[in-house]
Amino acid sequence: MQRWRGSIAAARPTPLPPMRPVDMATRIARVDWLLVLTVSAIAGIGAAMLYSAGGGSATPWAGRHGVRYAVGLVIMLVLAFGGLRRWYSLAYLGYGACFLLLVVVEVAGSGSGATRWIDLGVMRLQPSELMKIALVLALARLLHEAGPDGADRLHVLGPALLLIAAPAMLVLKQPDLGTAVLLCAGGVAILFLAGVAWWKFGIAAALAAGAAPIAWSFLHDYQRARVLTFMEPERDPLGAGYHIIQSMIALGSGGTFGKGWLQGTQSHLSFLPEKHTDFVFTMLGEELGLAGGLFVLALFALLIARIYRIAFLSESRFGRLLALGVGTTLFLYVAINVSMVMGLAPVVGVPLPFISYGGTAMLTLQLGLGLALAVAVDRSDPMEKNRR
Amino acid sequence: MSSPQEDRRRFGRRAFLLAAGKGLLFAGLSARMYQLQVIHGDKYETLAEDNRINVKYFAPRRGVIFDRFGRPLAENKRSYRVLITPEAARDLNAALDRLHAIVPVPPEERERILRQAKRNAKFIPIATHDQLDWDAIARVAAHTPELPGVDVVETSRRVYPEAESSAHVVGYVGPVAKEDLTGDPILGLPDLRIGKGGVERSHDLALRGRAAEAKVEVNAIGRVVRELERDPGAVGAVLTSTVDAELQRFCQNRMGEQTGAVVVLNIHNGDVLAMASNPTYDPNLFSHGITDDEWRALSTNPLAPMNNKAVSGQYAPGSTFKMVVALSALEHGIVSSKKAFFCSGVHKVGKGRFHCWRRGGHGWVAMHDAIAQSCDVYFYEIARKIGINRLAETARRFGLGVPTGIDLPAESSGLIPDKPWKKTRFKDPWQIGETLIAGIGQGFVLTTPMQLAVMTARMVNGGRAVTPRMVRGEADPPTPPDLGFPSSHLAAVARGMRGVMSDSLGTAREAQIPSRALRMGGKTGTSQVRRITREERRKGVRKNEDLPRKERDHSLFVGYAPLNAPRYAVAVVIEHGGSGSKKAAPIGRDVLLEAQTRESAEWHGGAVQSAIEAAIKRERG
Repeated sequence: MQRWRGSIAAARPTPLPPMRPVDMATRIARVDWLLVLTVSAIAGIGAAMLYSAGGGSATPWAGRHGVRYAVGLVIMLVLAFGGLRRWYSLAYLGYGACFLLLVVVEVAGSGSGATRWIDLGVMRLQPSELMKIALVLALARLLHEAGPDGADRLHVLGPALLLIAAPAMLVLKQPDLGTAVLLCAGGVAILFLAGVAWWKFGIAAALAAGAAPIAWSFLHDYQRARVLTFMEPERDPLGAGYHIIQSMIALGSGGTFGKGWLQGTQSHLSFLPEKHTDFVFTMLGEELGLAGGLFVLALFALLIARIYRIAFLSESRFGRLLALGVGTTLFLYVAINVSMVMGLAPVVGVPLPFISYGGTAMLTLQLGLGLALAVAVDRSDPMEKNRR
Repeated sequence: MSSPQEDRRRFGRRAFLLAAGKGLLFAGLSARMYQLQVIHGDKYETLAEDNRINVKYFAPRRGVIFDRFGRPLAENKRSYRVLITPEAARDLNAALDRLHAIVPVPPEERERILRQAKRNAKFIPIATHDQLDWDAIARVAAHTPELPGVDVVETSRRVYPEAESSAHVVGYVGPVAKEDLTGDPILGLPDLRIGKGGVERSHDLALRGRAAEAKVEVNAIGRVVRELERDPGAVGAVLTSTVDAELQRFCQNRMGEQTGAVVVLNIHNGDVLAMASNPTYDPNLFSHGITDDEWRALSTNPLAPMNNKAVSGQYAPGSTFKMVVALSALEHGIVSSKKAFFCSGVHKVGKGRFHCWRRGGHGWVAMHDAIAQSCDVYFYEIARKIGINRLAETARRFGLGVPTGIDLPAESSGLIPDKPWKKTRFKDPWQIGETLIAGIGQGFVLTTPMQLAVMTARMVNGGRAVTPRMVRGEADPPTPPDLGFPSSHLAAVARGMRGVMSDSLGTAREAQIPSRALRMGGKTGTSQVRRITREERRKGVRKNEDLPRKERDHSLFVGYAPLNAPRYAVAVVIEHGGSGSKKAAPIGRDVLLEAQTRESAEWHGGAVQSAIEAAIKRERG
């Protein structure tokens, strides 16, 4: 058996043996339509919540949310049928492009506070959002090329950690704590899935614990305030703690079945901040209650489960890592956002996928899901020279 | 080296672990949601309601005050005010320019408005004009289509038709001060005025009414989104004062430039028919904010126009106290009314020499002449025999030295000294000379004009403990309790008081009412403000008029009328007026005559009721 070794140095396109042709009908059948249905349902709920947030109006949010989702859905399907090998070959390019954009944002936005986007006219593009998928893609390719035992080798692990750390540092400087955490956690999850030895995670955890005080000193004042406020919201009930307290009041007052769609008092009377973006789940909890909240969490769980199914069915290491990388990123979005609005995590500015209003996050995850679907469509391709 | 199969198994294991972790996290989030929404749901629901619901209060119409004949003493007049709402006006400066073209907005007012607009939320209206006259209001109202954001609203202003003459009776209203806050939410209303003096103050709670309450839903910045429920509240109670506004005006005018107080009582039920205090002030000044200059002038005036001397002023009663001494002596069997003492003009006790006002003395005098001619020596004699403690006890039964309990603010209690009082107050034992001085209403003894009127009323109403009142209740007060003085004693003293006015040597014989049916009894008093030294006495006592004003004697008079069936009691105090017979007695006579001719004490319940109803209808108009 010939071992196939990959590294950054070997990043030049490695010719793979031609794929076994799969007919279109099979490819269409292999698309996880339940996944598409689930994500559309979530986006539908999102549109409904944004309709409520707009005071019972499709403007300014719900309508555009729907349109964006529809456009994103087309992109998703284009990605799904675009060929996994194509995305494999574009992985590093994509990562490089995103990284460049991040640097541009960093340079252009220097001095004017937290600038995180590039204005494209139709939408504001947040490179840090796209980076979450680009990183997953690049890591999956790197670790695929490294082979089953490659992940533990220094010449793979080193570049892999660099791939994670470089954008993480940049977004942390922006400063965007939420994205930094998401990038790191997502990247580490992929390393874990790729087979990096257990003890290395132990050491990393110990190092992280030791580095926490140092990291603390690098945080901006407002980020520290958020963390402190999270620990003790009543510290500053009218200032930094206001959002968390009002969010918990809104959510808690929803009860089991909520106040009814369009009936949320906290959100409609503006006690709830950012009800259409980061705190949309709170509004959902207020209007639709525990039942609505659990239903949405269940939809996300189903979505992630479908992604797991795609990963397990994939013949390629690249496909498996890519799918679960996307799934984990999606999970992290949901978990961080929901923890945040329930007072379990600091307010770090992570939206709730497909429900929060905001173009780039949704597009990012649609790109991710498109890639996951591509894994499903091309699941029988091992993408290795030696296996036919 | 792992095979792809092993790799896949390892991936499976780790993916499963990761999934388990995710599942746990989701479970944790669900548990948290359950905790917030179900376990603590009620708490958060309450908090959300607290967030959302504000209670707004609206001041009820303040109760109107009428006199005993249904004449208004305090009313509410509609007044108009112009408000501008920055949000609706859009460009506030331009809006003010347009308004200025119709009713002038002076530059400093504009500055204030702009300042307020900057400070407040944009939807809070700001008053540009208060109390505009009708013409100006009509012009503004006619132009409202061109004046977005400008509103004309009706407010009400407290008006006192009797102005200065009723000031000490009704008092005035003013803005709520910090010390007035009792937790009643109505007190937080910016335009609310509460009673600051007189009946306005003592009956403030009734006059105030109950605030209308509206529960409204507000958003995070406090804008009212909608009204949820409303409690209409209750308008303030209409009060009928015991005062006869015209008699009141008469009393106030009769004092002229002199400072002091006049009180007229119905001796049977305690109705205060008039209570004048001079100088006075115009309570209308306070209704919508008094200027600093006006306030300074009032508060620094040495004659204290804001001070109601009828209940707050304390004066040595002088000879008006002698009836109390006489009744105490009779009660304790010290003397009979026939027992005479010799007055040589001076009474010696040990080394002390106590003079009678009449230098040559009165010769042999019994009780009747002692009162009528106000012989000091007679009262030195009997006061010494009674002793200060027993004398004080009698005086208190007549309402002296204790607050009368009248429904007015700032009532003084006066002072009736006795041995325990001196012990605690000065740590000194009581001196016998002090008993003698007290026997002629001097020394430590202090009374208010109201107390003197009450004392007189109790002497001539059959010895009943009548208490004064400013406001008539639904029902007449119960017959006051008997103080336990035998009617023969009271009659003897009343005869003495008649003697004051009618005897050839009576101190106030010149002040008697000529008409037989309206005749009166009374007692003069001249109370020293300063002590006359032995040195001065030798050189000859200076005439009162020669002294600086604040050292001159107070002039006092108490009286009752008519003689055969008394109804009215009067007390007059003229500060530094000199002799009681010269200044106070003529005023007392005129007041009693006026009260009797006007029949001020009459009560026509039905007529009053209809007058009040008509007045209320007029006000609501």
